[in-house]
This record gives sequence, C-alpha cells and structure tokens, in this order.
Amino acid sequence: MSDILKLTAVEARKALDSKAISATELTNAYIGAMDETRGLNAYVAETQSKALEMAAASDKRLAEGKAGPLEGIPVGVKDLFCTKGVETTACSNILKGFTPTYESFVTNQLWDAGGVMLGKINCDEFAMGSANETSAFGPAINPWSSEDGPDLAAGGSSGGSAASVSSGSSLIATGTDTGGSIRQPAALCGIVGMKPTYGRCSRWGIVAFASSLDQAGPFTRDVADSALMLEAMAGHDKMDSTSADVAMPDLQAAMQAGVKGLKIGIPSEYVMDGMDPAILKLWEQGQSWLKDAGAELVEISLPHTKYALPCYYIIAPAEASSNLARYDGVRYGSRVDEGGSLDEMYAATRSAGFGDEVKRRIMIGTYALSAGYYDAYYLKAQQVRQLIKTDFDNAFTQVDAILTPATPSAAFELGVKQDDPVTMYLNDVFTVPANLAGIPGISVPAGLSEAGLPLGLQVLAGSFREDRIYQVAKTLEEAAAFQLNPVRAAGGLR
Amino acid sequence: MSVDKSTVKKIAKLARIAVSDEETDTIASELNHILNWIEELNEVDTDGVAPLASVTGHNLPLRQDAVTDGDKVDQILANAPEQASGFFVVPKVVE
Repeated sequence: MSDILKLTAVEARKALDSKAISATELTNAYIGAMDETRGLNAYVAETQSKALEMAAASDKRLAEGKAGPLEGIPVGVKDLFCTKGVETTACSNILKGFTPTYESFVTNQLWDAGGVMLGKINCDEFAMGSANETSAFGPAINPWSSEDGPDLAAGGSSGGSAASVSSGSSLIATGTDTGGSIRQPAALCGIVGMKPTYGRCSRWGIVAFASSLDQAGPFTRDVADSALMLEAMAGHDKMDSTSADVAMPDLQAAMQAGVKGLKIGIPSEYVMDGMDPAILKLWEQGQSWLKDAGAELVEISLPHTKYALPCYYIIAPAEASSNLARYDGVRYGSRVDEGGSLDEMYAATRSAGFGDEVKRRIMIGTYALSAGYYDAYYLKAQQVRQLIKTDFDNAFTQVDAILTPATPSAAFELGVKQDDPVTMYLNDVFTVPANLAGIPGISVPAGLSEAGLPLGLQVLAGSFREDRIYQVAKTLEEAAAFQLNPVRAAGGLR
Repeated sequence: MSVDKSTVKKIAKLARIAVSDEETDTIASELNHILNWIEELNEVDTDGVAPLASVTGHNLPLRQDAVTDGDKVDQILANAPEQASGFFVVPKVVE
C-alpha cells in the first residue's frame, strides 16, 4: 500500500483486520519514516528490532483473531515513561544510562492492547520547558518549519511526541501534561493532544515532575484516534494512590452525539496582551462552528485565570524540588565523585547532571518551601489553586464544556525565548489552569496563522467528563477540516 | 522579598547543587525576576481559603499492611553507579 503512512490509527486497525496490510509492513513504513525525518530530532532512542519483533507478534495475534484495540499500531514513547530494558533518561544527563527493570503502567497498557514500540521520544529535561529546548539531546524541530527558513519550536515539554506524530515518524505517541506539555506542542504541530482528568492514567513508572499535576495522555492525528488511544492508556492502578477508580464514559458514542443542546462556556478572561490576532479570530470561528452545530454559547467568568501561571510556578517547582531529590548519584544515573564528602558528591553530581532550567526550578521550589517563606509562597499558592478550581466548579454548574484558544501564539523560532524564563512560561497561560483544577482538556488543530502555521482550540470539561471533550472536539474537527501537511514530514505523509 | 547572594548559597546548599561564586549573581537575578512576577499572587484575597493540595476528591486508599513485593536486590542495584556485596556504595561518611 503506497499511502500507508496516511492511515489514521482507526483506519490502520481496519486495514490490519481486513488483511489489506500487515503489522510488519506498517511498522517498516514507520521505520522508513523515522530514518527520513531524523533531522527533526524527535527520537532519542530508536528500537527498530524491538518494533519488528512486536509487529511480528501482532501479525500472529491478528491471524489468530486475538487482536487488541491497538494491535499493530506503531507508538512513540516520551522518554519520561519507564520502559523495561530500554534506556529512559527524561532527557537529562543525570539519568544517562538508566535502564528501567520495569515497565510503566501506561506503556504496559499500550503493549497489552497490541501497540508496537518504535522508540523513546525527545522532551524537555524532566518535562520542564515549553519548547523542548531544555532536553539534553537538543530540541525537537517543528515539522511545519519551512525548508529554508529557521527551525521552529515543536513546543514542550512533549515536543518530540508532537513532532513525531505530525511528521509521520510515529502514528500515535504518549505525552505527559503538567502545565500544558501535551496540548501546547499538539497545537503548535497541528495535531490532537489530550490531557485527561487527573487520576485517569496511572503515574506509576512515569518520571515524576510535579506529582499533583502530572498526567499522561495521547498525541494523535485526529480526534477518533485520540479516543482510541486514551481508552487503552487509562485504567485504575493500585500502584498509584491518586489513580481514580472511575469508569471511562463511552467516548465512541460521544463522538457520534454532536453538540446540539450543549452549553459551551466562553471565558472572558482568556484574552491577553500580545495575542496573535489570528488566534482571536479562530476562537470566534470556533464559537460559530459550535453554534451552527446546535450548541448554546454562554459567556462565563473564570476570575482567577491570570493568577494560574504564577500559582503554577510555585506549586510545580516546589513539588519538583522534592521529587528530584532522589537524583543523588547513589541509586541510579550518573555520579560525580571528586574524592570529597558524601554531601560534596551529591552537590557535584546534581550540579553536573541537571541543566539550567531544572536547577532554576529546584532552587525556586526549595526557596518556596524553606523555613520562613513557606506560608508566603507555597501556602498562598495552594490557596490560589483552590480559588482557580472553584472558578471551574462554578462554571461547570452553568455549562457542559468550555472553549478557549490553546496557545497565545503559533510556533516560534527556536532560541528566541531563551533569555527570559518568564516569557517562555507565558506559553502555557491557557493550559495551566486545567492542570491546577485537575480537569480534562484537549487541543484540536483548527486553523492556520498568517504565516501558515497551525493553531489549536482548547476544549475543557469537568472532571471525568472526557465524553464532553470528545463531543465538542469531534464537532470542531469536522467543521475545521484541518489539513495536516507539514513541509518537513516524511514523504509518505505529504 | 528579594534574594541576595547569601540566600542563593543557602538555597543551593539545601538543594544540594554546587554553585560557583560567578554563577551566584546570575542565579540571584534570575530568581528575583521570577519571584517578582510571582508576587502578583499577593493581589488575591485568600483569607479563609483552605489550601488545595490534591484535586482527586477521594481519600487515599487503604490496603492490608502486608509484604507484596521484594526479593529484587539485583534489579534494585542494576542501575547503581557503584555497588558491592548487595549494597550501594557511597563516599565514607564516618571517620
């Protein structure tokens, strides 16, 4: 089949079932695409031989009629997920050489469903960043960058996952979203990125960044694939005490349901200075699409929106400073020992192993939690977090879902936001509130900027109401008819 | 609140991150820049608001206090930078 890379996961599953293609053939096409798009730096470890073994096992199960929901589907795995026997570094020098002896819950679910692992994918170091620039392996490059122009950011932290799905070097990929790390790169690369409700996907075996915010989710080329992948990833896990034992709503039915009669909240606070006018226009367009499909638009207020980012930049670093205390050069990862004391070994190891942004966040978090400052920073941030959550709780008594822009701008040039950390943090202004409140959110590609770069719309819903998300996302997708055709994609996808 | 050089050294020590004298100034100014931006939170009236630590809405689950895992010395030591006789090796801590 010549257009094999163009198949969505749902289409590929049908083609595998009807024997139009084999899993080995599909995997080989993706291995070819990985080779062709290596310049995008999406992968940090390629596992071709493992992929072909898994594909052969999938072909066997397909022949025996024992195929799983993701049977034979090539998957890219963010390097934050522990994969048994395959190096897992969180794209940090401090974890170079770390080879887990166990598999994360989420990736295990994907392999149980028949997924084929292509390799480990680039991200910001410990998922801390919004452009994939803090990775010890260098940035992933946005496949929408023009052939002769500057390299654009794929977003972050899951930049490699977005670049890979968008360029055809994986069909679906895992991500994690602590403050927007799935939705922002998905928007910048023109694909669908979903952050489920906190607790929906187990965190067990995922390298921890900020445990009260981290949540795994899918990167896919369309909304139906997103639902398919999420159904496979999710599930209750007793190894994660925050894992929710709440049944997933019927997402397939939700995608058929349309939005007739749904109330969609439009928050007046989601406008900020310096926003790309094309994004405001797209947001209005999105509102008309939903209205035309029978939804009722309701103006709502989320009054604490502007405080979400500063609140996040206390809570996330505070939790990170605690989580990252484990990298001490004793139990795993790299060690720098200059013959001094144990404390000197810790400090030398951590100074050499962590990059600048990670150190910055550990220091902010350490400061916010230190004696004398705890109430002023950490406690205050937790109180503001409560107010942000209450804003959403109030909103969802009036509306079924909320529509917002996904990002304040389209993909930007790599390197331009590096000088000022706060400028970089502002990328997540529309995505962070959902993490603080624990609610699900999706980014759907819906239009183009003046420069022809993808722009996304975000849909938010109440906790465990992923069905609402997929109802609205599917409607937006159908109305937008977005074309995924990045210049630097694999030839077979263009 | 402003972070000075001695505070940076103190934080770095608490965080077990070695920081050179030259780096201290840069870090102090970066931290101040971020902290000044975070000061915005002081505009919010949080009197009487209960701090939110978890969004799960459920209590931590209980289980039997029983051994469910173990006997994995090799796996636990598999990634150690240095090991001997079934233990992690660290620089000498007692003279």
